[in-house]
Amino acid sequence: MEGSTRTVAGQSHRLGSGGQIDRNAPLNFTFDGKTMTGFAGDTLASALVANGVRLVGRSFKYHRPRGILTAGPEEPNALVELRTGARREANTRATTAELYDGLVAQSQNRWPSLRNDLMSVNSLFSPIFVAGFYYKTFMWPAKFWEALYEPAIRRAAGLGKTAGIADPDHYDKAWAHCDVLVVGGGATGLAAALAAGRAGARVIICDDDSRLGGRLLSDGGEIDGIDALDWLQGAIAELSSLPNVRIMTRTAVFGVYDGGDFGVLERVNDHLPQPPEHQVRQRLWRISAKRSIVGAGAIERPIVFPGNDRPAVMMASAVRTYVNRFAALPGKRIALFVNNDDGWSTVDAIRRAGAEVAAVIDPRGKAAVGDYSGVRVVQGVVSDVGGGVDGVSSVTVNGAGGIQKIEADCLAMSGGWNPNLALSCFHRGKPAWRDDIAAFVPANAPTGMTMAGAANGDLSLGACLRTGHAAGAMAAAEAGAKGKAGNAAKASDEAFAIKPLWHVQVKGKAFVDFQHDVTASDVQLAQREGFESVEHLKRYTTLGMATDQGKTSNVTGLAIMADAVGRSIADTGTTVYRPPYAPVAIGALAGHNRDENFHATRLTPSHHWAAERGAVFVDTGLWKRAQWFPLPGETDWLQSVTREVLAVRNGVGFCDVSTLGKVDVRGADAGTFLDRVYINAFASLAVGKARYGLMLREDGIVMDDGTTSRLAEDHYLMTTTTAKAGPVMQHLEFCRQVLWPELDVQLSSATDQWAQFSIAGPRTRDLLQALVDPSEDMSNEGFPFMGVRTVKLRGGMDARLFRISFSGEMAFEIAVPARYGGAMARNLMIAGEPFGVTPYGTEALGVMRIEKGHVAGPELNGTTTAGDLGLGKMASKKKDFIGRVLSQREALTAPDRQVVVGIRPLDKARRLRSGAHIIPKGGIPGPETDQGYVTSVCFSPTQNQWLGLGLVSHGAERHGEIVKAHDPLRNETYDVELCSPVFYDPEGVRQRA
Amino acid sequence: MRIACPFCGARDSGEFTYLGDASPKRPAAPLDGGAAVEEQFYDYVYLRDNVAGFTREYWYHGGGCRSWLIAERSTTTHEFKSVAAAPGAGAAKTAQAGER
Repeated sequence: MEGSTRTVAGQSHRLGSGGQIDRNAPLNFTFDGKTMTGFAGDTLASALVANGVRLVGRSFKYHRPRGILTAGPEEPNALVELRTGARREANTRATTAELYDGLVAQSQNRWPSLRNDLMSVNSLFSPIFVAGFYYKTFMWPAKFWEALYEPAIRRAAGLGKTAGIADPDHYDKAWAHCDVLVVGGGATGLAAALAAGRAGARVIICDDDSRLGGRLLSDGGEIDGIDALDWLQGAIAELSSLPNVRIMTRTAVFGVYDGGDFGVLERVNDHLPQPPEHQVRQRLWRISAKRSIVGAGAIERPIVFPGNDRPAVMMASAVRTYVNRFAALPGKRIALFVNNDDGWSTVDAIRRAGAEVAAVIDPRGKAAVGDYSGVRVVQGVVSDVGGGVDGVSSVTVNGAGGIQKIEADCLAMSGGWNPNLALSCFHRGKPAWRDDIAAFVPANAPTGMTMAGAANGDLSLGACLRTGHAAGAMAAAEAGAKGKAGNAAKASDEAFAIKPLWHVQVKGKAFVDFQHDVTASDVQLAQREGFESVEHLKRYTTLGMATDQGKTSNVTGLAIMADAVGRSIADTGTTVYRPPYAPVAIGALAGHNRDENFHATRLTPSHHWAAERGAVFVDTGLWKRAQWFPLPGETDWLQSVTREVLAVRNGVGFCDVSTLGKVDVRGADAGTFLDRVYINAFASLAVGKARYGLMLREDGIVMDDGTTSRLAEDHYLMTTTTAKAGPVMQHLEFCRQVLWPELDVQLSSATDQWAQFSIAGPRTRDLLQALVDPSEDMSNEGFPFMGVRTVKLRGGMDARLFRISFSGEMAFEIAVPARYGGAMARNLMIAGEPFGVTPYGTEALGVMRIEKGHVAGPELNGTTTAGDLGLGKMASKKKDFIGRVLSQREALTAPDRQVVVGIRPLDKARRLRSGAHIIPKGGIPGPETDQGYVTSVCFSPTQNQWLGLGLVSHGAERHGEIVKAHDPLRNETYDVELCSPVFYDPEGVRQRA
Repeated sequence: MRIACPFCGARDSGEFTYLGDASPKRPAAPLDGGAAVEEQFYDYVYLRDNVAGFTREYWYHGGGCRSWLIAERSTTTHEFKSVAAAPGAGAAKTAQAGER
């Protein structure tokens, strides 16, 4: 890297040699429409630096011109909209975006252009944009907030815009397990991974950069007597050769969860214009580790002084990164403002690059160690920075010798280093303050986690290698690895001397949080107004609440608060740390669970047959069920549904009801068990019979209903509603395993094993006789209502046949193994063809159950008792059952409870609406007059009008009363008659025919 | 986080659902129990201690073997001290301490 001011053609600030870039691979990119060139290995930020670009964005609130502050993921300023169209991503950090050929980036939060941003007038009004200004300025009148203030503020202040189009890329989720997870691939992490890997532990090492090395890539140095970059190559080669070590670059660990689980985001193809075919863009990993080592390094912190946000004021470590790693010069005459020895090392980098060091400004007057002869040193502080939108022209210094102006085109600052300890605090760990390095260090990391190196406050290269190695060896041993960890690599333990300097207290706008435009005076104002607690400070000033989460600003902000309050920083403390540490796209969290794959899809056994017939499907839970089967020429759902209902009522139809839950209940005590979970009796049920059952929750409210059949002395088959199949199974298992383990009962779910069809209508028996073997007696006596048995079908196959009815018609349900579901549907069509068989969907099913007054989901709604449903008489008085005791509570048996009733509009042309409220005839709608509501409605083809069921107070005694239905959503009120809920065949003749 | 099911071994917590405190026991419910029994059931169904620390609680391995389990878990750290099968869940045995 021997000093060369010769630059690369077209890249005004690119050094002629050096850096870890591929000069044989030039890449074109555009920023705000202007085409520029960089090299493979660049980030967008380093390419912009190499092209002499200083101004890259406008600030959030004041629209102040901003440049690039850092060279890493902590960047608060240089946010861009990356890519175009559906792949446009707002608020992308230029410092982490890898350059590729054809990259397109736009600056944000400016209008009409970055250079001439008219919104920068906000800056003139900055006195009103102080801490808490939202709360103070726009409080009154309240209605102006939504209409006026918020839209105006949102236009003026803000970040990038989202694409507004569905993301075309795929995101993946994956699990990984390891003995030792190493977070960070710098000197500490490499030493830890080498030690643990050599010992034989299964190791995963993650780094969010595109390559391993961390600060070694920027600061070099000497390890084990050789150049640090050469040592790095050797370390990577050794790790790659170990089969038990997995290296994951471009991978950020963003969260720590219970039991040693980590949230990890791998940016698989973000460094390409778009993912290659059949590849994902990002992958969300959950890594489960027995032990973890966090070597996440440290983040250099800015000093707060007027003008510290001007473009080309940069962190000293970032200057070294741009010069050493990317061969890009942030300035040609660079001044330094530092309070620690590490900042001084920037002098060497600038000199080696052939640029000029304008001066080193240090309140200490000199570095504690190191030879910096020939450098202009000023003991003092920077009190202002001169220049324009394009950067720095001079630096004003208040020093021992008075005020002086020093010419410079870049100012490198270092206020010290904050260990990157967030991961140690995600389980509410609180860091501790260390005076010698003027920084917080981890104090109580989660169980199994070791903090090491700079992240633990060990800031020298030698200490990083030593503590990383020790942590790796210990973690491997604790995880059970038996091998030898080898020797730790050695490097110098240069002293880290620092004199804290947080804030240069002179007049002028001095920024603490660059991204949220929080200044030192905002922090002081918050203190004066009583917001002294760090949590209040954060929320009142919004310090640390921007997309960067205050990585460069939090500690500085609370140091200034501590000073204002007159407390120590240790006593002031930190805010609570919460994941995610790094931004995670919602797309990555969703993974493949989007659109039609949002959840799993369950298909009924006859689904493909129904789809061939053009059925319209409805989502019921995870299931897709045929809702109706439109015929050619039908234009309206009601037309199709009405036809299906009439076809069943006058002939025969069938419907797939396989989605109902089925539970096989076996054992000597199966009947006793069912007696305890149902309110009615089942032990007394005869073999070969089915019975409707109702079960309660222990609090006395109805849980579920269904028919249960006795197939043998010790064998019942229970059915549940579609929605409650899972919860009922869980409840039954609880009863069996926890409440009554002494009963001889076994349960298995049989929902998926059987295809089941309801066949209903007066011609049902005709259809069945064409389907079952002629030896089967299908007469009313041979197969009575509520009978159950296995029958032989024509062709020899067995089927279960249940004579049960949900429609009020003569009906059977036929069950065959699920794989025969499609064939059974086709056979039903063939067998029923002479009788005009009509497949019907869930909508016609619903119409017929409402006509018949059967309750379903809208009535079994988690608030109703058996009595409310008109089923109170079913409850046995001779046995205990779940929910019995509490169902007898006063409130659940009160006479004014809302109970199921039929509802019929007086005007036969009126469409009844579900959800309408029932009020007395002369009542004015309101909570005082509300007596219930309409739960289910349908157009009834047999009654030729809309009708419904409802829950109405005293409903059972009010059949025949005229009341009003009031629908506040549609602003309708109309007269309805309360009546018996059974509109169709109230004597039940048809189903027993 | 993983929960050590006594039948299936350490499995992801997403396979399990939580019911709550395992200390209340369903009272005996004679048919003529009256107000006293109602009072006992009221306590059984509704009253729970709000413990900071280890509690015994019911978990259901619905995404696995369908066993009801009784776990000792800390409400402050989520540490599982033990996971045992409910009395009627298979051949009952006590699990190793759960994942920390």
